Amino acid sequence: MIRARSLWLQAGGPVIGAGVAVLAAAGLLLLAGVSPLEAFRQMGLGAFGSANRMADVLVVWGPLALVTAGLLATFAAGLWNIGIEGQIVMGAIGVTGVLRLLQDAPLSPWLVLAIALAAGMAAGAAWAVLAGLLKTIGGVNEIFGGLGLNFIASALILWLIFGPWKRPGIGSMSGTEPFPEALGLPNLAGTRLSLWSLALGLAAVGVMALLLSRSVLGLRLRAVGSNARAAFLLGVPTRRHLLTAFGMCGALAGMAGFVQVTAVYHRLIPSISSGYGFLGLLVALIIRCRASWVVPVAAFFAAITIGGIQLPIALQLDSSLSGVLQGLLVLGVLFSDGFRHRAAARS
Amino acid sequence: MDWTAILLTGLAGVLATAGPLVMAAIGEALSERAGVVNLSLNGTLILSAMTGFAVAVATGSLAAGFLGGAAVGAAAALLVAAAGITLRQSQVAVGFVLALTLRDLAYFLGTPFIGAAGPRLDVLPVPVLERLPVVGSLLFRQDVMTYASFLLVAAAWVWIYRTRPGLTLRGLGEQPAAAFVRGADVTRLRYLYTVAGGALVGLAGPMYSLSVKAGWKGTISGLDGLGWIALALTIFGGWHPLRIAAGAYLFAFLQWLGVVLQPFLPGIPSQVLQVAPFPFMILTLVLVNVGQAEWTGRLLALMPEGGRRRLAGLLRLLRANPPAALGQTFERE
Repeated sequence: MIRARSLWLQAGGPVIGAGVAVLAAAGLLLLAGVSPLEAFRQMGLGAFGSANRMADVLVVWGPLALVTAGLLATFAAGLWNIGIEGQIVMGAIGVTGVLRLLQDAPLSPWLVLAIALAAGMAAGAAWAVLAGLLKTIGGVNEIFGGLGLNFIASALILWLIFGPWKRPGIGSMSGTEPFPEALGLPNLAGTRLSLWSLALGLAAVGVMALLLSRSVLGLRLRAVGSNARAAFLLGVPTRRHLLTAFGMCGALAGMAGFVQVTAVYHRLIPSISSGYGFLGLLVALIIRCRASWVVPVAAFFAAITIGGIQLPIALQLDSSLSGVLQGLLVLGVLFSDGFRHRAAARS
Repeated sequence: MDWTAILLTGLAGVLATAGPLVMAAIGEALSERAGVVNLSLNGTLILSAMTGFAVAVATGSLAAGFLGGAAVGAAAALLVAAAGITLRQSQVAVGFVLALTLRDLAYFLGTPFIGAAGPRLDVLPVPVLERLPVVGSLLFRQDVMTYASFLLVAAAWVWIYRTRPGLTLRGLGEQPAAAFVRGADVTRLRYLYTVAGGALVGLAGPMYSLSVKAGWKGTISGLDGLGWIALALTIFGGWHPLRIAAGAYLFAFLQWLGVVLQPFLPGIPSQVLQVAPFPFMILTLVLVNVGQAEWTGRLLALMPEGGRRRLAGLLRLLRANPPAALGQTFERE
């Protein structure tokens, strides 16, 4: 009886939580004077209504899967890598720097892209390790160090776009001069989607899943995450492992920045991260860092993001409904977890 | 107008723009002193700004607007408290999700009010005192809520350090078990302080939308990020009302400086000057924290006597220890 009940709670909890979240979103839509069914239908059409829109969902999925895979490492080590937004930005800046430097060099475009990818990953990793050093040496909680580094990265990208890297004539929010086509990842005809971005995303999720569940490094990261003091006493160099987790996450964030620059925008724009870092944190929270869920849930969240773009056109609603829905889903699951633990503790 | 008059007007403006930050950061400090981290500030601030403006437009009453904002802040804090205290979920996780969700909710629900004509808090000079030289135009020619922010600094300091309930409050965050043994209802008080602190954060929103940055402009209202700054101020200020206020005034002063100096710095894009104070805040945070890192002590021991004393004194002055039980759930055994 108790077992059946706990099993039901196990599976049913998150579903009920998500259901309540959807009901809450429906309530908000009614408040805004719109039929919830019509709004959800428009979001579905916006995400899956045509081949091009489905391609757009995958355009979001690539970088989102990359950052979520990275966050698996930091969450495993018990770290809140809020600085991931800045790490994507720094990655994109590193990529753009290399492309600008080498775009006229007599090198194969693929070699230039490979160097740019390495530079982007290094820049993202460096920014993440900086947050890690602030924590381990400076005693600054990674949440606040990360937020500060996010602000610094956004100041830097604005300065570059309006200063040294501005378009001939005048700098503008539309970004830097676009790169020649050869210096971009090949897109599927008529879309902004590159199969490379999907391959990188899948590979990152796969490698990270194996690394965390099957390797000594993964075991140690999880040991540090669950009890840093005990891990330290057992001989795991805590500080080094925290920095390793930051570095891995930052490298994948930098890779997301590479995808954004070379496959999606083909230039550097002020909002190059598109908020995918924070969205990745939401995905990691809702799946409670289980690697096998990254691929489908990141796709679902990407579909919500793209589906929302349709709302202002079809229903004169603000597209921020996407963010509200995503957030409510995560809250619903977090609260259902809480109720489940409470019920388990009582019985 | 001569230069002193311009400077005084500017500085009076700095005190007013820092008002909402003071309000929000002290609200957060009360919550954290009780042991609960409310990370939702950035979302709460924007949603309460939108709500306050919308309510004031709909009812024509400024007071109703501020009450609406406070209600939003209290409700958000109640969610964090319920998840963190009763349901034993990560306070950081729930707060972070709320920070994103409530911001988007504000943009979603606020669409009809974008650009609406709304009421605005008037300056209310204090009779007689406003005639004082310098101080008069700085402190006594402000609006009601700015006065409230001045009073809150003093009131919070007295409450935390000079009253019996304040002593209990400090105990809640440092040693909840000890507070419990001495008869404090830890859970109830934590709820109370979190919700009260949230209400103060909720007042900060309308202070922007009904006064400092009057109106609602959706995503370009210029409020995104200020909640994170308020959170940083709480830590920078070492959970101490006077130091929090000092940090808020410094931040507002730097922002003002950015605007004033812009014509003299043509090489720096205005967008960069606007965000410059944010990294500066974080650098200060690092300085504050360096004092308590374990290696600082070792490094200090290596220094010559005279300089060491002075440096150690300086670091002690900057030092701020977080409440020991911050973010932890309290279990009665």
